[in-house]
This record gives sequence, structure tokens and C-alpha cells, in this order.
Amino acid sequence: MTDKLVSYVLQLADNSLIYGHRLSEWTGHGPQLEVDMALSNIALDSMGAARSLYQYAAELEGGDKTEDSYPYLRDVLQFKNVLLVEQPNGNFADTIAKSFYFDCFQFHFYTALQNSKDKRLAEVAAKSLKEVAYHWRYSKGWVIKLGDGTEESKEKMQTALNAFWDYTGELFTPTDLENEMLQEEIAPKIEDLKDAWQKSIDAALEEAGLSITDTTGPWHHAGGKNGRHSEHLGFILAELQFVQRAYPNSEW
Amino acid sequence: MDKNEWPLWEVFIRSKAGLDHKHVGSLHAVDAEMAVENARDVYTRRQEGISIWVVESKHIHASNPDESDSLFDPSDDKVYRHPTFYELPDKLKHM
Repeated sequence: MTDKLVSYVLQLADNSLIYGHRLSEWTGHGPQLEVDMALSNIALDSMGAARSLYQYAAELEGGDKTEDSYPYLRDVLQFKNVLLVEQPNGNFADTIAKSFYFDCFQFHFYTALQNSKDKRLAEVAAKSLKEVAYHWRYSKGWVIKLGDGTEESKEKMQTALNAFWDYTGELFTPTDLENEMLQEEIAPKIEDLKDAWQKSIDAALEEAGLSITDTTGPWHHAGGKNGRHSEHLGFILAELQFVQRAYPNSEW
Repeated sequence: MDKNEWPLWEVFIRSKAGLDHKHVGSLHAVDAEMAVENARDVYTRRQEGISIWVVESKHIHASNPDESDSLFDPSDDKVYRHPTFYELPDKLKHM
């Protein structure tokens, strides 16, 4: 049972880590200093949430595991983040589209996770929810501004929303592990979050003058939660893990 | 508005309840809502504040530096206007 709880905690941690890492790639490259700071702050929030979860996993596993064991010393197949968060940043609208879908999911997910029977996860959820509520407000604000902006910004925002739409299905499709955690009342029922998520997304899109044309139907990318990733995660880990791999156990 | 230049805003932060909002700096944003969010991210990330005001810089009217002599020098020799002849209780802070 502990093994499975650890896997579940790591899955949540990996989502936050990889999402935060991608956003951190904007540091020093934001279109405005203010945007640069905002994206970096959100990246830090996200990595902070990941740390709390990695620390919990290390405590559960015991032995010589530490919070660093998971981000630095596992390979691609052991990461269980959703495919959405590992996709490249693209242009600013692409990044905002990814954040828009993911922040909204995290907001509804953490709201539900506060009721987890696992006290520690419920605590992390309550703390992260305040941060995620701001992230959602931020990415939603940009979707509305770009959608309601110039012809060019509207077109880029729409293109970006379409491009990542078929990565959203994975968020609401439970794995065997998630179903088992649901049985234990540790995980929320993610299928049930879909309606609230869709409503939040639709309301924002209406205000933005944008819409999603669902061209993919029921087919969506999936596999990340089972360790089957796109080619992009390997490049992320190559950068993230380089120092620890080249100079094992180094400290600074 | 130049499409590459967002308007400038002045930011005022209240550091804790009971204190005034103080000018801390400026930033760029397309509207007031974004200015408050940017101020939150740029100026309060180290617990500097509990309340934010933003004012678009163009709405601030400043005194003319060329008139400094006539505006401010006359008060230089009027020391009796300072409340320094009173004993202030120790409990009184922020005077």
C-alpha cells in the first residue's frame, strides 16, 4: 500500500516539477520584465509544491531517500507527469494556453484533494490552492487579454488553444493507480472534475471571444501518467539532472 | 499607445495595517488590473505588503524643480513650525 501511495505522491510532484521547470525557462526571456517576474514566481510556487510532495514521498519510503532522489536520480520512464506539462513553451500564447488548461485543472484538483483521507496530501492541497488560485487568475487573464486584443493576438491565442486541446483529456482519464487511490479515498474522482473545469474554461473563453472547436473527438494524447512520455521530457531531464549526474552527490 | 510600450504605473504598498501606502516604484501594465497583479509579483514577493495601490503615472502632477527655490526655501528658517518642542510619549510610533 505504501508503495502505491508513494507512486501517487510522485505523480502529483512530477506534474508540479515539470510544469514549474518549463515556466522557469522563461526567466530572463519574458516579453516584459513584469511578465518575466510573474512567470518565474509561478514556476517557484510550482516547484515549492513539488518539494513538499517529494519530501513526503521520501518520508514514506524511508531508507536513504531524500527529496532530491526523485527529481535528480530517476529516468524518463519513472516520471509520471501528464504530457501537457512537458510540451515545449512555444510562443507566449502557447505557454499561456498550456497554463490556462493546467492551472484550471490544478485549481479544481487541489480543491477536491483537500478532502483526501491522507492528511498530509490534504494539507499540501490547502496550501497550494491559494497559489494555484492566483496562477489560474493570471493565465485566464492573459487568455482574455490576448483573445480580446488585436487580430494577431487573437489568432495566436486561438491557434495555441487548439494546439494543446488534445492534451487535456489525459487530465481526466484515471489510471489503475488513481482508481485504487480513489478506492482508498486518498485521490479525488478526476472524471468528476471535468464538468467544473469545462465550465471555468468556457466562461473564460466566452469573455475572451474565443472558442474551442473539438476536432479530436474522444481521442486525446495519453501515457504520461504511466511513464510513456513524448520525446521532450528526456531533454528536460538532461538539463535538470546534468550536474547531479556528472558530479554525483556534489553539494554547493 | 505604441503597441510595444505599455503605460507606466506608479505603485504604492501598505506594509502593514495602520501604516500609509508608500510609493515603492513603477512598472508597466496594459490596465489597472494587470498593474495590481504585476505589482504583486514585482514588489510584494518578499512579504513587503498587505495592500497595493496603483496609479497611472500620467495622472500624477509634480511640482516643477525650477520652482524649488520659491516653493521650499522659505520654510528653511521657520524652525518654530517643527513640533520639536514637545515631549513625545515613547509609545507613539511612526510620527
